[in-house]
Amino acid sequence: MRAKVYVTPKQGVLDPQGLTIQKALYTLGYDRVGSVRQGKYFEIQLQNQLTDEEARQLVDKIAHDVLTNPIIEDYRFEVER
Amino acid sequence: MTRFGVVVFPGSNCDHDTYHVLKHVLEQQTEFLWHNERDLKDSDVVVLPGGFAYGDYLRTGAIAKFAPIMQAVRRHAAEGGLVLGICNGFQVLQEAGLLPGAMLRNKGLKFVCKFVDIRVESSRTPFTNQCQRGQVLSIPIAHNEGNFYADPRTLGELQDQGQIIFRYCDNPNGAVDDIAGVCNREGNVLGLMPHPERASDAALGSADGLLIFRSLIFAAAVLPA
Amino acid sequence: MKTLEPITPDLLQQHGLSAQEYERIVAVLHREPNLTELGIFSVMWSEHCSYKSSKIHLRKLPTRGPQVLQGPGENAGVVDLGYGLAAVFKIESHNHPSFIEPYQGAATGVGGIIRDIFTMGARPIALMNSLHFGPLEKPRNRILMEGVVAGIAGYGNCIGIPTVGGEIYFAEVYSQNPIVNVFCLGVAKKDRIFYGRAHGVGNAVIYAGAKTGRDGIHGATMASAEFGEESQQKRPNVQVGDPFLEKLLLEACLEAMKTGAVVGIQDMGAAGLTCSTCEMGSRAGTGIEMDLAKVPQREERMTPYELMLSESQERMLLVADRGRERDVLGIFEKWGLDAVPIGRVTDDGVLRVCRGNRLEAEIPNRALVEEAPLYDRPARRPAYLDALPSGPLPSVPTTDDLQGIFQRLLSSGNLASRRWVFQQYDHMVRTNTLSLPGSDAAVVRIKGTPSALAMTLDGNPRYVYLDPREGTRIAVAESCRNLVCSGARPLAATNCLNFASPENPEVMWQFVQAVEGLAEACALFETPITGGNVSFYNETLGRGIYPTPVVGMIGLLEDERTCTTAGFKKPGDAVVLLGETREELGGSEYLAAIQKCLLGPAPRLDLERERAVQATCLEAIREGLVRSAHDCSEGGLAIALAECSLISGLGASLQLLESVRPDALLFGESQSRIVISTGQPERVLEIAGRQGVPGRILGQVRDSVFEIRDFIRMDVSAMKEIWEDGLAKYFRVS
Repeated sequence: MRAKVYVTPKQGVLDPQGLTIQKALYTLGYDRVGSVRQGKYFEIQLQNQLTDEEARQLVDKIAHDVLTNPIIEDYRFEVER
Repeated sequence: MTRFGVVVFPGSNCDHDTYHVLKHVLEQQTEFLWHNERDLKDSDVVVLPGGFAYGDYLRTGAIAKFAPIMQAVRRHAAEGGLVLGICNGFQVLQEAGLLPGAMLRNKGLKFVCKFVDIRVESSRTPFTNQCQRGQVLSIPIAHNEGNFYADPRTLGELQDQGQIIFRYCDNPNGAVDDIAGVCNREGNVLGLMPHPERASDAALGSADGLLIFRSLIFAAAVLPA
Repeated sequence: MKTLEPITPDLLQQHGLSAQEYERIVAVLHREPNLTELGIFSVMWSEHCSYKSSKIHLRKLPTRGPQVLQGPGENAGVVDLGYGLAAVFKIESHNHPSFIEPYQGAATGVGGIIRDIFTMGARPIALMNSLHFGPLEKPRNRILMEGVVAGIAGYGNCIGIPTVGGEIYFAEVYSQNPIVNVFCLGVAKKDRIFYGRAHGVGNAVIYAGAKTGRDGIHGATMASAEFGEESQQKRPNVQVGDPFLEKLLLEACLEAMKTGAVVGIQDMGAAGLTCSTCEMGSRAGTGIEMDLAKVPQREERMTPYELMLSESQERMLLVADRGRERDVLGIFEKWGLDAVPIGRVTDDGVLRVCRGNRLEAEIPNRALVEEAPLYDRPARRPAYLDALPSGPLPSVPTTDDLQGIFQRLLSSGNLASRRWVFQQYDHMVRTNTLSLPGSDAAVVRIKGTPSALAMTLDGNPRYVYLDPREGTRIAVAESCRNLVCSGARPLAATNCLNFASPENPEVMWQFVQAVEGLAEACALFETPITGGNVSFYNETLGRGIYPTPVVGMIGLLEDERTCTTAGFKKPGDAVVLLGETREELGGSEYLAAIQKCLLGPAPRLDLERERAVQATCLEAIREGLVRSAHDCSEGGLAIALAECSLISGLGASLQLLESVRPDALLFGESQSRIVISTGQPERVLEIAGRQGVPGRILGQVRDSVFEIRDFIRMDVSAMKEIWEDGLAKYFRVS
């Protein structure tokens, strides 16, 4: 069982890395792109005997308490077997 | 004599520098506090030093906030004890919820190590009582994530409550409102991005950092035990 | 032992072994090797580990002196500092890995050199690096440089060792072959130095640190079709550094050494487990027996071949007293690190590798180390040298716009401010850095003593290309001069010799000449070579780099208060030039950057004059007469004087009177010159007179205008803008 967690900068929080990448893309001729936001991606292996609901609760808690700083970051996740 | 405790997380790397200034330059009673311990060894002042606690691989300070010693630091702060977080220590205190805001990556996307000038915005704190309001201190910064961020409401509160204690004279990292150091609402916990322990000997370019440590010694002496 | 895989010529070629070398392997083993053994031989007999093309020449280097506690042959050199302390230092190359993956290549280079230092029992206190890239006008070179600098910063900043100095050099020849040399210095108690020796039969061999993965195993071998079926992944992996883990490893090793139970210790660098085991055994005259099943592994189904050849980072091999293993293991446990006994020291001098009950390799240590092949490769004077113009001064058009040239030089790659780079390095952590980057040498104080250590990395590949022997002598002289300008007495040297293929006789000739020049100059300055590194095969598509010897030198200030920096200090001080300006332009930055040509000859170096100039400067500093001192090198006198102003923000009013044609006067690179500012010029000149050194007052330090009468007049702030932007402009984040 595996969880995929995506952490992104909160809307409205400046993302200097994303902005720089966006500018670089324009410079390289990719002028049809809009804004770029850079985030983090985690893959977490889970014990198979967890129920889907247990797994979702566990991952939600990990993502909220550890993987993100809620002042500047949002997250979403998927759990798959 | 003031009793200082310097917290050591795995990856702290300014712990010995801070210890050196407190113990050998200022000749105060100073102890290291290992992250796995729960005892502050009767410290009057707890200092969280700079470095890369747990490698800063997840986020700066993100793992360190779970260390056993942090429970004791929280209790110390709640009881009105003095806590100073320097650089990475500032980030840990933010993650631990003891100080407001969060640090973003520097505006220039690079680690910056250099002397900067910071302005003392209030001398009526345990951290600045040996300074004058408006006084400019020369103290080095060395960080990759020192770009202080707080949402507009929090920022307004910091401004209204006089919690912004230091501002950069020439903003090196994009920090909102030029913030270099803030304290909590009670005024007993301060986070500071510049490194006062690196500016505690004129041979290294500045001794202005001593003013901050001396302020703490003065405050600890007058504070009720 | 059974040979499972046929040893084919193809397989030998992929392992970089010649047919003769293979015959030699069979002769020393008295049988055919199996694949694991072949792999072990191939790495130990590689140029990198065996120094087979360079060793006979390196023997010419002076390596002894009363200050030397440990010369070449160990993980690093050791020099006496007094107060019961010793300096441990070394330089290494990480050129090729940095070209393939700039960030990780440079980062793992830093990690490796740090391990070389703390493995000797020393606390690392300073890092430096010497970087050579192609011109920044090319985007590819910018990407390389940005990655390398970030990698050095990422590793050094995290582990908390200040990067205090170094050099950066640009020339087209490095576009396809950048040079990344890293230097580390540590301080140890003189009587607590640790060596990579597996003494004591029956003692435990302990593996500590990161788990082993398939990192950095020789690419060609991995792609080989004959390769064992067990191997799942055949693509070679780039080594990735983990500075946080190394920080823990550093603290744990130094703590473990204090138990008294550590007999010997060595890091696992190139050729990982293979090199550390057979070298430790070979140095002690013992054997090592180990079980690969016990080695902590990060990946599944790794073969013995892969385990022995992996270059996973942040790993150490320790030999601990029998019965006291727990003392050592407990400390690694405290730091949250893997540490496992994997074998024992034996008395038969054999490296015996098992996995469980199965014997996988059995080779005498001697065969791998002492009996590695040595070559006296043919050398021939390169043809290009005869095509160089002879005579004292090459004919280049003289020009009247000297101020314009001056401005262009200020922003040229090799002369512009290095701030964009060194601001990314934490150069202040440990609170010992007395001179900030940008001065002649880095100076760090030694807490607990009144003294300080100065260090520098130097080389001028253009001079070496024009005249390998003279160019290398100049590198040594300039290193010493930099130290002296900082107030230090030169103590000892290390070196990193970066060259193209030794199989090319013309390259070999450059190498031999350079080594001989190095030997000669180090003997004269009494700065023995205590270690170093040779990096051959720096070429791509048959195009080699300039011969690039990098000299690393350390010096001692008995009193840290005599630390002197390059920037002017006080308006009204006299500016004095020690040494003399000759009509020399060969190999200069002015010719390369402005006239776009490389003409010889390289500047001449009079070693006796050099020594006298340095003696004058050092005596004047110790007498307390000198407020600033700066070596005059690339860019010539005008740039040296300008740098004294740029660093301080103070101006100067100066006049040069030598009857030398103006471009040579301003920008020629005559050796053995030092610019001093002083409040007592008569006394400085008196010392110079006594030493037989020409000395002259050029003018005075002023407030804000920099002027060399008849040629240059500018506001220092305007100069600074040009100078500071020289590198930064290529990396602007808009």
